[in-house]
Amino acid sequence: MNFDFSDDQKQLRDQARKFLAEKCSSKAVRAVLDGQSPYDRELWRGLAEMGFLGVAIPEEFGGAGAGHLELCVIAEEMGRALAPVPFSSTVYLAAEALMLAGSEAQKRKWLPRIASGEAIGTLALFEGTGNPSPKAVKLDASNGVLNGVKKPVADGAIADFVIVAARSAATGRDSDISLFIADTKAGGVDAKALTNLDPTRGQAELVFANCKAEPLGAPGEGWAIIAQVLDRAAVLVAFEQVGGADRALEMGRDYALDRIAFGRPIGSFQAVKHMLADMYVSATLARSNCYYGAWALSTNAPELPEAAASARISATQAFQHCAKNNIQVHGGMGFTWEFDCHMYYRRANALALGLGSLSYWEDQLIDRMRKRNAA
Amino acid sequence: MNFDDTPEEAAFRSQARAWIAANAPKEYEAELRASSLGRTALKNANLLEVAKAWQKKKADAGWACLHWPKEYGGRGASPIERVIWQQEEGPFSKLSAVFIIGHGMCGPTMMAYASEEHKRHYLPPLASGEKIWCQLFSEPAGGSDVAGLRTRAEKRGDAWVINGQKIWTSGAHYSDYGILLTRTDPDVPKHKGLTMFFLDMKSKGVEIRPIKQASGHSDFNEVYFTDVVIPDSQRLGAVNDGWNVALTTLMNERMSIGAGVATGFPELFEFCSNLMLDDRPAIEDRNVRAKLANWAVKASGLKYTSFRAISALSKGERPGPENSIGKLVAASMVQDVATFALDLQGAAGVLSGPEAELAGKFQAMLLRAPGTRVEGGTDEIMRNIIAERVLGLPGDIRVDKDLPFNQIPTRGRN
Repeated sequence: MNFDFSDDQKQLRDQARKFLAEKCSSKAVRAVLDGQSPYDRELWRGLAEMGFLGVAIPEEFGGAGAGHLELCVIAEEMGRALAPVPFSSTVYLAAEALMLAGSEAQKRKWLPRIASGEAIGTLALFEGTGNPSPKAVKLDASNGVLNGVKKPVADGAIADFVIVAARSAATGRDSDISLFIADTKAGGVDAKALTNLDPTRGQAELVFANCKAEPLGAPGEGWAIIAQVLDRAAVLVAFEQVGGADRALEMGRDYALDRIAFGRPIGSFQAVKHMLADMYVSATLARSNCYYGAWALSTNAPELPEAAASARISATQAFQHCAKNNIQVHGGMGFTWEFDCHMYYRRANALALGLGSLSYWEDQLIDRMRKRNAA
Repeated sequence: MNFDDTPEEAAFRSQARAWIAANAPKEYEAELRASSLGRTALKNANLLEVAKAWQKKKADAGWACLHWPKEYGGRGASPIERVIWQQEEGPFSKLSAVFIIGHGMCGPTMMAYASEEHKRHYLPPLASGEKIWCQLFSEPAGGSDVAGLRTRAEKRGDAWVINGQKIWTSGAHYSDYGILLTRTDPDVPKHKGLTMFFLDMKSKGVEIRPIKQASGHSDFNEVYFTDVVIPDSQRLGAVNDGWNVALTTLMNERMSIGAGVATGFPELFEFCSNLMLDDRPAIEDRNVRAKLANWAVKASGLKYTSFRAISALSKGERPGPENSIGKLVAASMVQDVATFALDLQGAAGVLSGPEAELAGKFQAMLLRAPGTRVEGGTDEIMRNIIAERVLGLPGDIRVDKDLPFNQIPTRGRN
């Protein structure tokens, strides 16, 4: 059994950690948090130069052609550093959808530009309150043009292209949904940035008005593609969550060692020690579930849907748990803007929702386990 | 990343599998498979006799205590081979429960501290299950604080005289030998006045009384020592160095990997799939699904955490500290799972006999669970271990650390 990343992959992780420690300091994250810029452009260019944006994109489309295990280790570091860039929407959602369903021409057009950092992409799925569901997709795609409103769309205000889930028929079946690619520079799409919990990752409302868009994948295949994209992205985001959880745990541990109260380090009180031990437990369970997700993702295993849901739930819980208790360990200082704790708390809660909420994935997991047991 | 054996591992696995297929007591397989969470019982046979026969058969063919050296009754196998054996032994490994303390704790302690003559004499019959060993550490005055124990050993010539009481001794009533931690010097701080011995459990002055547990069962005992004589040659380690010897024992307790900890989840998932609530399977209820999903990811998280440890062993590395979470997570999960399974049954959940759902399986689980959260390190001790050894947080402030043992207060209220 070799249920671990290879030495080369671990080296890549170290390389990414070193790069992000230098280019993605807390100060850099705060520049985006404070609204000085919608994302960190310099970091985005650096990620492209390092080859991280196209690590899982095949070489023939301008990527590094490494694979998804490599992307997982980079994702973990992006989460750890709270990288304020449209990495997840461009790489986990848009690039994955293109690689799954794009035509040769579409892949040739967009994938090299993703790898080089020239194009930011995203997926426009949600239309207001609610979890992923074909029934919730109302945006109209009749007559070859898109009409309707999508929100929230991750990084929608800075995206160069958007993959849009739209209604192309009205039979009441999943096959009513088709996917389209819209070039935001070509007109017909209006973007408005929306205030959100985690300003280091933007959210937007996109209004489509007679927007010309080309189909992605076969008509009626939209929901099947989205389901696959969400599973793949769930594993990758789970690695970001595990990276964030580990960092929040370390911050709490370090503070507990430094802070003296009642004449002793607060980390010597069992109430604090046990809280940190429980954070370690959550983070460890999540990491192990994520490794299984990584294996399933990288091998395209039939177990992927179940593995992805497990990784998603476990990592969501771990990051939320570690981020909230990191603040608790810090006491009053943890509740200041000055300390970084709230940035992890914001990110943890934003990531918990982006691909559908915890309760949605819990439901998915049980469905998938039942399916396996019935088979 | 893959779940495949190396060629050497695959060869070992097929050898083990073939031997088990040809030799295991298959007449008990169904009963062993059906037994869960430590309650193994055979309807028409004596469990201890079946267990001893299987262990002896394994030992004769070189499949007992795989990781022990051959001269002491083992196979000299690598840690990963031991894991593979446990996986292949499957339900028959439940027969090894009576040997776990002896093989996992007493044996390694003897190997580290006994004389060569004693090792060659005592270890092979321990490995083959002909002799069963127990561990005599806990006392009414020293549970988590095991170094607070009071059983006295006093030197008389070439021997030691033991007086005192041990508690929570698994299997003392069928054990042949035991390792015993005693206090030899009460005038020095508690960790510095302990000494370890091994003894024959049939020695004069040893009295064993079963404990009736809160669950109604009796798996543990109290053991009383009245002027029990142990020759000095049965001392393990130096006089007053017993704490270090005990640490060896306790380290080995936590090294068990690959056997898989019981969480109760597979049982609950199956129960919720079959139980009808409001004319539909319970598993279709939103509230039930949310709870199941939460426990599912704990169970899978533990499984894949052990896979990570197995991978480290396979590469010849030491497993990381992540394996220390297993018992902490599983013990309280079993309790929560059992509580929820009863909740689903409504008022009938109170029944615990043959009329109960699944003949009272979850009710038995509920009653056994509190013990699991205490034995082998309480939840709180496990959290301390993670906080201190994994996260590097300071140890507890111990107010009795430098006090002579006989000046440590013994009552909280006077």
